[in-house]
Amino acid sequence: MPAAAPTTHPGPPPAGLAHSDLLRFAAVGSVDDGKSTLIGRLLFDTRQLFDDQVDALAAAAERRGLGEIDLSFVTDGLRAERSQGITIDVAYRYAATPRRKFVIADCPGHLQYTRNMATGASTADLALVVVDASRGLSEQTRRHICIAALLGVTQIVVAANKMDLVGWEYEPFERLSEELSDLAQRLGIQSSWVVPVSALHGDNVVGSSKNAPWYVGPTILELLESLPAGEWARVHGSHRGSAARLPVQWVLRDPRGGRSYAGMVNGGPFRKGDRVVVLPAGLETAIQSIDTFDGPIDVAPVGKSVSLELTDHIDVSRGDLISSLDDPADVTNLIDATLCWFRDVPLRPGERLRIKHTTRLTPAVVETVSHRFDVNTLELRPVDHLSNNEIGTVSVRTADPLAVDSYRHDRITGSFILIDDATNSTVAAGMIGTPGIDRSQLNPN
Amino acid sequence: MTTTEIQLPQSSPQIASQIAPQNTIRDGRVEADHLDLLESHSIFILREVAAETERPVLLFSGGKDSAVLLHLAVKAFWPAKLPFPVLHIDTGHNFQDVIAFRDDLISSLGERLIVASVQRSIDDGRVADPGEGSSRNRLQTTTLLDAVRDHRFDAAIGGARRDEDKARAKERVLSFRNAFGQWDPKAQRPELWQLYHGHVNPGEHLRAFPLSDWTELDIWRYIRREAISLPEIYFSHERDVIERDGMLLALSEWVTPRRGERVERMNVRFRTVGDATCTGAVRSNAVTVEEIIEEIATSRISERGATRADDRFSETSMEDRKREGYF
Repeated sequence: MPAAAPTTHPGPPPAGLAHSDLLRFAAVGSVDDGKSTLIGRLLFDTRQLFDDQVDALAAAAERRGLGEIDLSFVTDGLRAERSQGITIDVAYRYAATPRRKFVIADCPGHLQYTRNMATGASTADLALVVVDASRGLSEQTRRHICIAALLGVTQIVVAANKMDLVGWEYEPFERLSEELSDLAQRLGIQSSWVVPVSALHGDNVVGSSKNAPWYVGPTILELLESLPAGEWARVHGSHRGSAARLPVQWVLRDPRGGRSYAGMVNGGPFRKGDRVVVLPAGLETAIQSIDTFDGPIDVAPVGKSVSLELTDHIDVSRGDLISSLDDPADVTNLIDATLCWFRDVPLRPGERLRIKHTTRLTPAVVETVSHRFDVNTLELRPVDHLSNNEIGTVSVRTADPLAVDSYRHDRITGSFILIDDATNSTVAAGMIGTPGIDRSQLNPN
Repeated sequence: MTTTEIQLPQSSPQIASQIAPQNTIRDGRVEADHLDLLESHSIFILREVAAETERPVLLFSGGKDSAVLLHLAVKAFWPAKLPFPVLHIDTGHNFQDVIAFRDDLISSLGERLIVASVQRSIDDGRVADPGEGSSRNRLQTTTLLDAVRDHRFDAAIGGARRDEDKARAKERVLSFRNAFGQWDPKAQRPELWQLYHGHVNPGEHLRAFPLSDWTELDIWRYIRREAISLPEIYFSHERDVIERDGMLLALSEWVTPRRGERVERMNVRFRTVGDATCTGAVRSNAVTVEEIIEEIATSRISERGATRADDRFSETSMEDRKREGYF
C-alpha cells in the first residue's frame, strides 16, 4: 500500500532545523471544506485554548442547541460568521508547541472575500490547504492555491478533509493527491504534502488515525512542526548577498544637529562604511553610521528597524530607497506586473489610481491589461479587462519613478498595492515582473 | 471640549516602580530573535502611521501594553521627540498608583499628555452616568470619539493585541473607522505584505495596532528584557477585595460590599489595568517580572477571562463595543 504523503517532495520532512522557531501559515481553501474546524481542532488538541475559552465555546454551542462544541467558533469570532457558519475575514491566532511557535491566519473561503485570503497568505511561509475529499478540488480552492503560489508561498500541506464521509476509502484520496500533485508542480510549488484527515473527529490532525491504515505518513501537526519555517523572510532577500535595501520611512532630526534616515532593512545586511546609492535620484554616498535607540551598530541585519546616517549631505526623503551600490534596484516609470483585482467595477486600461510601493505613494495609470490567468487550466488568456477577484498581467505607468526589484527576488521592493482615489480602498495587490510561478510550466495561449 | 492638556513638571521625578529585572540574560537566541522581530516590526508600523497620517495620537492607559507601546514609540523616533501627543481616556475610576505612574512617565519623557475625561462627558450630558459603582468602560467610546473629533486626530495608535479576544483577532493593523467612528468587520481594507495604507477622508480616522502580533507572554518577556517600568498593581500585594461574579474586585470608593458580600484581604495582582469597577485581580504571589512570566506561562485562564467583567455580557461583547468605536 502506498504512503502517498509526499506528492512532489521526496523523502521525509527535514527535521531539527536550526532557525525554525516560528512558522507563519495560512489556512486556505473553499467555503465549507472545514478550514476553521481544522484550525479549531489543531488548537484544541494541542491544548492552546484556555479553560475560559473552552467554557465560552461550550456555552455558545448550548445556546444554539448543538450537541457538542463547534470547533470553528475558535476562530470564527464575529456575530455574522457564527450565525452564517462562514469565515468573513482572516483571524490571526498564536500558538506554541514544545517544538515551535506558530502564527496562524485562518482565511475566508468565499469568492467575495478573496482579498482577505490574499491578505492572510501574503506573509505566510506555508499554506495549509483544506479540501473536502468527498467533493474534490473546487475552482475556488484552485484559485487559493494559485494566489498562494503567485504570492511566493513555496510549500503547501493539503488536508484531505471529511475522509469519514467517504468511508476512509483510498481511491478518493488518491485522485485528490494526483490532482494536487499536478497542480503544485505546474505552479512551481516546491514542497506539497497530502494528509487524509477528519477535522471534526481529529483523525491525523494531531495524533495519527487508525481509520486509514493505508496511510503511514505524518499528521498535519507533524508537518507543521517540521517543514522549513522562516521561508518568507528567507526568500525575500536575506540571502541575496550585497543587495541591501532600505526604503526610507521617516527623516529623523537629532535635536543636537544632524539627520538620519529611518526604515527597516530589507535585503542586506548594511555595514557601516558601505557605499550606497539613493534611488530614484541615483546619488552615491556611504553609510556613516547605523543608529538605534540602544546604540550604534556596525551591521544592520535584514528585518531590523534602524536609522542610517550618510556621509554626504544629499536630499533624501520618505519614499526614497537606500540601495546597495553593487547591485542596485532598477529605476523605472513603467512596470509590468501580475495583479489580483479586488473591486466590483472591472479594471480597464486607462484607469487612474494611486500606487503604494514600499514607502512611496504616487499617481499611476494602468496602461495595458493584457492577460487573465485561468485558475482551472492555468493558462494566460488575452483580455481587455480584469473582473473582481481575477488575476492577470498589466503594465502600470507611475508619476514618480520607482526603485524596484522583481517580486521573485524581493517581496518588499517587488510588491505594491493600488488605491482608489475616491474611496481610499485598496483595490489591487501587485507583484512586479514574472512572479514565483515557473512560466515554462504554464500553457501560454 | 472634554479634554484637558495636562501641564506636567519638566523635572524627572522617580518613576513609581523601578523594576530591576531579575534576570537580564535572554532565554536564548531563539527567543531574542522573536522579540527582536516583533520590536522591529512594531517600530516599522509606528513610523508608517506617523508618516501616512496628518494628526496621529498615541493612546495610553497606564497598563502594561501601553507602557510597551510608548517604549517602542520612543525607540522608533529617537533621538527626536515623539511626533504625536499621548492621549489618556480617563474613566475617573482609577487606581491611584496608575495615574501617578502615568504622570511620572510622561513628564520624565518630556512628552505631551492630553487627558479626555469620561466624568466631563457625563457632566456635559454627552453620556448618562450608569450609576454608582457601575463600569464606565463602555462610556469611554463617546469620550474617545469626542476627543478624536475635537482634536481632528486622523489616527489613534493603541496597544490592543490580537490574542486578547476573538474580535480583535480579526482586525487589521491599520483599521479604518468611518465618520461615525464605527468599525465594519465585513469591509476591512486588504492589508498585504508590509504595505500599510493610512489615508482617510476628513472626519474618518484610523486605529493603528502596532502590537497586533504580540502575545501576553511576549509583552512580559519584552518588559523583562527592556526593564520597562510598570505600575505597582501588576505585582503581588496585599489588598482588600470583594468576590463578585467570580471576579476579585478591589475595595474602593466605587466598589463596596453589597448584601451578602464579604471583604477579604489577600495577596493579589492585576493582570490588566482598566476601569477599577470591572477589572478583576488575580490571586498571586508573583512579585517580580520573572515570577509573573512563570505564572502566565502555566495559567489555564486567558487574560481577559480572568480579569474583565465587561466581556461576559454576551459572546460578542468586544465586537459590539468595537463597532461603536471602542478601542
